[in-house]
Amino acid sequence: MDLKSVDLIVDKHQEKRTALISILHDVQDRYKYLPEEALKMVASRLWMDINEIYGVATFYKSFSLIPKGKHSVTLCLGTACHVRGGPKILRELKTLLNIEPGQTTPDKQFSLNVVNCLGVCAIGPVMFVDGKFYGEMNSLKAKRVIEKINKNKRKSGVKS
Amino acid sequence: MRRVKSVKGLEKWKDDILSKQKRSEMIVSVCGGTGCQAYECQKVKGAFQKELTQKGMRERVALKVTGCPGFCERGPLVTIHPQNIFYQKVKPEDVPEIISETIQNGRKVEHLLFEDPNANRKITSADDIPFYRSQMRLLLSRNDLIDPTHIEDYIAVEGYQSLAKALFQMKPTEIIEEIKISGLRGRGGAGYPTGKKWEECKKEPNETKYVICNCDEGDPGAFMDRALMEGNPHSVLEGMVIGAYAIGANKGFIYVRHEYPLAHKNAEIAIQQARKAGLLGENILGSGFDFDVEIAKGGGAFVCGESTALIASIEGRVGEPRSKQIRTVKHGLWGKPTTLNNVETWANVPLIIEKGSKWFSSIGTEKSKGTKIFSLVGKVKNTGLVEVPMGITLKEIIFDIGGGQQDGRKIKAVQTGGPSGGCIPASLFHLPVDFDSLTQAGSMMGSGGMIVLDEGTCMVDVAKYFVHFLEEESCGKCLPCREGLKRMGQILDGITEGRGDGDSLALLEDLSEVVADTSLCGLGKTAPNPVLSALGYFRPEFEAHIHQKRCPAGVCTSLIQYSISETDCTGCNACTKICPTQAIKGEKKEIHHILAELCSKCGSCKDVCKENAVIVQ
Repeated sequence: MDLKSVDLIVDKHQEKRTALISILHDVQDRYKYLPEEALKMVASRLWMDINEIYGVATFYKSFSLIPKGKHSVTLCLGTACHVRGGPKILRELKTLLNIEPGQTTPDKQFSLNVVNCLGVCAIGPVMFVDGKFYGEMNSLKAKRVIEKINKNKRKSGVKS
Repeated sequence: MRRVKSVKGLEKWKDDILSKQKRSEMIVSVCGGTGCQAYECQKVKGAFQKELTQKGMRERVALKVTGCPGFCERGPLVTIHPQNIFYQKVKPEDVPEIISETIQNGRKVEHLLFEDPNANRKITSADDIPFYRSQMRLLLSRNDLIDPTHIEDYIAVEGYQSLAKALFQMKPTEIIEEIKISGLRGRGGAGYPTGKKWEECKKEPNETKYVICNCDEGDPGAFMDRALMEGNPHSVLEGMVIGAYAIGANKGFIYVRHEYPLAHKNAEIAIQQARKAGLLGENILGSGFDFDVEIAKGGGAFVCGESTALIASIEGRVGEPRSKQIRTVKHGLWGKPTTLNNVETWANVPLIIEKGSKWFSSIGTEKSKGTKIFSLVGKVKNTGLVEVPMGITLKEIIFDIGGGQQDGRKIKAVQTGGPSGGCIPASLFHLPVDFDSLTQAGSMMGSGGMIVLDEGTCMVDVAKYFVHFLEEESCGKCLPCREGLKRMGQILDGITEGRGDGDSLALLEDLSEVVADTSLCGLGKTAPNPVLSALGYFRPEFEAHIHQKRCPAGVCTSLIQYSISETDCTGCNACTKICPTQAIKGEKKEIHHILAELCSKCGSCKDVCKENAVIVQ
């Protein structure tokens, strides 16, 4: 694994221990998860115990120690989305992708996550797929979003 | 960008910006908030850009991507200034018409105006729309005039003038006195008097002090701070600089939750621009006062909204709260005296300095002054951000501003205060909204989430939702919260799955008492509130689940059955196509039936049925 980026990230944060969470965010942005080698490197650069780093990496929900899928599907289950039918959408997504929240499909295509609030409550239920927000969702619309990604993939597959 | 070194320089900069702005005859404001982004407002902006350039009108017409004006449900929102024409649900293909009709010929595009459903008439200006009419938008009003990525826009609307006043015309003690007299209380939910907090921090003898802005808005169903930080970050920064000057801090942090990427981005841009302009950093406006701000990013932990956990998180540690016997004003970030305020609290500071404490304290009730922003969401017709004077009744917010029920189902309660709050039944909607009244009713005003619940919402399910939410978010440090919430969740799971018995409710109440009395931090202490308030006001619903094994709202899947009304079904086949378990049988144009043994109770059939023929019992 190329760990040069980890070095650069730690340099960017001036080797500050207090920047640990920001460093981990940057590492995750780069590798899409927190690889063990990268965490060891962060530990040695910050003169910290690897246990401490793992403590932080597992406490905060936005960090993942396992690789994420190519497409990230995040469903909001904040109160407003919950009372407007969020749980029904979750059931649909679980059936469609055949995984539980926090898991990635065996073909590494989709990761399913649920969050407690994305703060887009006025147009809930809300889904956040590959950096794009989708408002006023229901199970049917959610299914279409996933189908569209699959369809595009097949199309680009044919081209290449 | 210009660097201003004095108050005069700031004045001159403002005048120059204003005279430059005068050159454009019109301003087109496109909302760029996260809500409108979900409705693809970027494409609307792109269409305006393209069309205005093609027509050679970029000089005459200024195009701005602004912060959130609050009426997210109607997005994308476009406002044409100075005529103040408010267009809603604008699509990219509407843009040429807006340009040729409104901008070139001064005519309104009728089909994009808001229609008042009660009066059946089109409304031109946002101020006349019922949703906005009863509001008092002191903090949010500038959101649709400002491009948050251009400090010049904020300077043009008198931005940083309060800072200039504070630095050159007021002593730090006078600023604290002014905030104290204004009656400003913490907008994060606890309602601690802001001036008092500052005074306590100032008194500490330590030379190094910190100020922190809490933008870890974790309460589900609340997004006031996101809109402020995304839409007008300089107002928050200005408040922080004034506060830092008053208490004697030279360094500040804005803690932004990870789920708010745009708030993070706009805050970062604002900090950089303020630094370049000489409004942050060394020798601010030539006053000799140094202050700088850094952003710390959260990691998706609800408990980090608690001050001591938030501080631990900024220090790069696990976000576990500590006992607050020694308060953060004495022993905060890195053990130094620290003043931590919420985004909305900081945003109020420049207003108070500008207009005076007398003016501010004339708004609101005896003990709760000023306005409060609420996120009005859930089962209500008009959803979005609502800024109202304290003391307004729940009824006014939900019915006058919110427009009442959404789809024919009667509103039965409103959930306020997030997981620390509770549900207030419709019979108490006459209560004024302030720090104290809602607490007496078993809930709290909290940070401002207001989730409207109707007859289709199961109160046992809502109580269960919050307990599971907190169970998951509990940091696990103290036992009552960690284990107590788990047991409470199990009891509530049992009730909603038909396993509740005569002892369930008594046990739930006993556990609630123990968790509230013995938990370490606010998360655990207030965790039983949603359960206790639901039990207090909606006990018959719990009893129906336990004794009759029935969910009156038709939500708890173990206790409900789906069927199709023979009189309403038109045999359109929509439900048979969507059903994931092929549990619906019936030929086209013939009445359909649901096979109970195959039905997974996912509700997809009910979502697609245009005839409302799917019955839940």
